[in-house]
Amino acid sequence: MKYNRKVPCTKEQLKEIRGFVNNSLGQHGLSDVDISAMVLAIDEVCANLIIHSHHCNPKEHIEIIINVGLHDGVEFRIVDEGVGFDINEYDEPSIDDLIKSKRKGGIGLILVKKIMDDIDFIKIKNKNTCRLFKKIDIS
Amino acid sequence: MVDIKTIKEGDILMMNIVGDVDASSSIELDTALQGAIDSKEEKILVDCSNLNYISSAGLGVFMSYIQDIKANDIKMVICGLNEKVHNVFEILGLHQLLTIKSTVTEAKEYLSEV
Repeated sequence: MKYNRKVPCTKEQLKEIRGFVNNSLGQHGLSDVDISAMVLAIDEVCANLIIHSHHCNPKEHIEIIINVGLHDGVEFRIVDEGVGFDINEYDEPSIDDLIKSKRKGGIGLILVKKIMDDIDFIKIKNKNTCRLFKKIDIS
Repeated sequence: MVDIKTIKEGDILMMNIVGDVDASSSIELDTALQGAIDSKEEKILVDCSNLNYISSAGLGVFMSYIQDIKANDIKMVICGLNEKVHNVFEILGLHQLLTIKSTVTEAKEYLSEV
């Protein structure tokens, strides 16, 4: 089953994105804890793109595509246009370093990597796709 | 998106978080915690019974005050996390770095003992 949603790049859209992911996954017999972890991971990737790649410009958009049941799990594709950001090239800090430096950012992508089983970044011309896969039983 | 109310109960500052703490609203949690530290509160109880959602932006705020809380000998306890929110703290291991109790009653008991 495939779902998709395109939203303008504002932080206020994050709640809308979470609702979309929650409602889409909620139709497939997954537990609340599993759904909420995937909702969180998508929220983190989208927040990162909206804030850092698109500077909260409402004229720009990101698209979220969810494919439930593909390859025994859930595949998410987050598509945008522009510079692009490859999560796999992000060298995440340690929790200890973040606490010592009192830095408030930097843990979102740690969460994404802990929650998802596979993350790819594909750039074709100006179009970027962040593909995230979660292996999970779908009823 | 989030509503944070603080009231003083005896020597405890009660901070009640209602709603979602995400990238658009974490600044409000930051302001509330900074205010509590600036006003030299010694005991802070963060009641998350009505916290529906927290993302890394909110977790990052809690993490950024761990050092200040230790340095100022502040006792802070977080309580009332629902299963989904507690899971997020666990994924990062923050449940081992912050004092977390199940209920407001347990949190108050903890603060009365320290």
